[in-house]
Amino acid sequence: MRFRDPQIEMAHGAGGKASRKLVEGLFAPLLFGAAPGPLGDAAHIDINGTAVAITTDSFVVKPLRFPGGSIGELAVNGTVNDLAVSGARAEALVVSYVLEAGLSTHVLEAEVRAMAKAARDAGVRIAAGDTKVVEHGKADQMYVTTAGIGRPLPGVTIDPRSVRVGDRILLSGPIGDHGITILLARGELDFEADLRSDTRSVLSLVEELIHAAGPGIRWMRDPTRGGAATSLNELARDCGLGMILFEDQIPVRDTVRGACELLGLDPLHIANEGQFLAVVSPEYVDAAINAMSLAPGGSEAQVIGEVREQPAGTVLVTTLYGGSRIVDMLVGDPLPRIC
Amino acid sequence: MRFVDEFREPELISKAAEEIRRLARTERHYRMMEVCGGHTHAIYRFGLKDILPENIELIHGPGCPVCVLPMGRIDDGLSIAQQSEVTFAAFGDMMRVPGTQGSPLEHKARGMDVRIVYSPSDALKLARLNPEKHVMFFAIGFETTAPSTALTMMRAKAEGIRNFSVFCNHVTIIPAIRAILDSPDMRLDAFIGPGHVSTVIGCRPYEWIAQNERKPIVVSGFEPLDMLQSIVMLLRQLSAGEAKVENQYKRVVPWEGNRAALRAMAEVFQLRPYFEWRGLGFISQSALRINDKYAEWDAEQRFAVPGIRVTDPKAAQCGEVLKGVLKPHQCKLFGRECTPEHPIGALMVSSEGSCAAYHNYEHRKAAMVSLNSVA
Amino acid sequence: MCLAIPGKIVEISSENLDSALVDVVGVRRRIDLGLLQDDKPVPGDWVLVHVGFAMSKISEQDAADQMNTLRMLGEIEGAMQEVRGYGLEDVN
Repeated sequence: MRFRDPQIEMAHGAGGKASRKLVEGLFAPLLFGAAPGPLGDAAHIDINGTAVAITTDSFVVKPLRFPGGSIGELAVNGTVNDLAVSGARAEALVVSYVLEAGLSTHVLEAEVRAMAKAARDAGVRIAAGDTKVVEHGKADQMYVTTAGIGRPLPGVTIDPRSVRVGDRILLSGPIGDHGITILLARGELDFEADLRSDTRSVLSLVEELIHAAGPGIRWMRDPTRGGAATSLNELARDCGLGMILFEDQIPVRDTVRGACELLGLDPLHIANEGQFLAVVSPEYVDAAINAMSLAPGGSEAQVIGEVREQPAGTVLVTTLYGGSRIVDMLVGDPLPRIC
Repeated sequence: MRFVDEFREPELISKAAEEIRRLARTERHYRMMEVCGGHTHAIYRFGLKDILPENIELIHGPGCPVCVLPMGRIDDGLSIAQQSEVTFAAFGDMMRVPGTQGSPLEHKARGMDVRIVYSPSDALKLARLNPEKHVMFFAIGFETTAPSTALTMMRAKAEGIRNFSVFCNHVTIIPAIRAILDSPDMRLDAFIGPGHVSTVIGCRPYEWIAQNERKPIVVSGFEPLDMLQSIVMLLRQLSAGEAKVENQYKRVVPWEGNRAALRAMAEVFQLRPYFEWRGLGFISQSALRINDKYAEWDAEQRFAVPGIRVTDPKAAQCGEVLKGVLKPHQCKLFGRECTPEHPIGALMVSSEGSCAAYHNYEHRKAAMVSLNSVA
Repeated sequence: MCLAIPGKIVEISSENLDSALVDVVGVRRRIDLGLLQDDKPVPGDWVLVHVGFAMSKISEQDAADQMNTLRMLGEIEGAMQEVRGYGLEDVN
């Protein structure tokens, strides 16, 4: 389906329906050629017999620094995580900076230090980089793009088409922390909370999962912009099955819940930078959850749902009392509401 | 969350649902209208239709202030902001609502200074902190929200903040309910009354519904247990052949309303002789305008307003859906020309508009083989 | 029209008695108490918050009464069923 919108709007970058339309309707057909298959977080390609995983991501965040992290950490962890959930271990990153003229060197240095530290923590090296400077008024101080290259991990194949009825849906930890932290850090809404971004590398957790349950893993994704709802909707569409979530089992911190209730937001639509979803076959679920919950940073991992035939291509959230609702992808960014 | 979680207790919800099944006579078909968009949203969010018996039909009413706002008013507000240095401030609910030249967010993409605020006081704060800009607050809402706008304007006047104005689209709920009851297509048995509007106007304004129209009305809270309890109370009244106003939301709604809030409204507003409601036509005495004492803070007095009426495309059946005559999926444009990505009418944009709620939360459930496999 | 959430008053500003800090499970915001002038809340009170204004005080007593009523739903019917079981039934 060709992309027909006459101009690009903010919604096209929000990770939801509008983003998907742009990618599928303009970028994919022109850049990837005919029928590349379901689009994943990273591409696994073959270079003269060597399997290589490769991905890229841009980081545009305001404010640059927020409780729990900064653009530097996001830039490293985001790419490491994209590779991890594609079933690959990041080996090296390259980074590209677009800097706004007038940006304080002090601010820039802080971000570069943060990136260096995040790379060390994630066990990945930064191999090369590039810089451009644009006029004052552009680039919101700085935009950072990273590209990562890595080795596919043995024992796991990620393919949404391998998902089957009865598979379980796992979540590594509480959702909503990052997006709500950023929303509050912008200061426009005048709320305060003791909340931090969850930005971290999930690679070691993914490796534990693969080690314990590799053959049972069908699919993984890190639910960044657009939230868990978007990732699961994409999966539901790609495999044609229904993703049924149990509301009482979805981990959400109280503060995130409070902020979402106040602003009329759904935690399932909020961005995360340190969590991932996995679909695992029933025989391996117990091993999967055990391994994750015992690993550092995995104590809040939960089974949050299962795959069923109906409603096909849809994400459905169910409650203990028998109520249910569809959770669709949003068009653009989640907006606070008063009604 | 206190005063929230208790009213979402699954066991009690199941109990309440059981009581409803016991009370609802199987040979009868009950048509209950929830007036308020917040209730519409709650019904879908909590999946309440799944646990109600088939013979209780919930009909969505017109209490969605975004949905009933004519497109011309959005155009008017945006045209004021086009004038240089005027900042357009509004609730997030308004940001994607289309005007003829695009929504506020689309205008923002084209360079207009558009800000999302959580409170009218945040808009005033923007004005206070940026004396070189004029901040215009695009106000929407029923009587729940009008007092807050009023109080904000009183504060602006007291502080002498002149670079602030309000474009007022506040509407009142009783005329909307009257319009529903006057509609020849509408047959209703009972009303689930708006909970938060009632914290301001109290329960007395609904007495004519019970006394003259002989329909029971229960003023309801928004948690699942609130709504289910309200339905229990309505079923009991209907069983006994009664028609009275009851207050289910006692913990928050005072029978006499909030006098201070009503005073603030009287201080700043007066009734417009008539106002156009999208989908419902012109209704007299149904909307508020800013009175002469506050003319200086009235955007419609300070700025030139085109005042162009924009009619909806004939194929869009927003009016019938607003009145509950049609269900969202029965509108010819639903899911085809009119989707959340490309909304034609406001009911598809507003988070509590029945079309958006139905599209986002419900309509693919209809395709499910059986809901029994759920939960 | 209706997104309003219960919050607890944590502190009232000393410079402006109409301004209070409210807490909702750890999320905090300044709200305006101007609509509750006739029944001023104090720290510790729960209020209903809508667009940054307190609309109403929440009555803990009424909330507790309501929970009791809800818990009793079905119990009356349960008792009636027992009674019917003994053949002592009354007309409903």
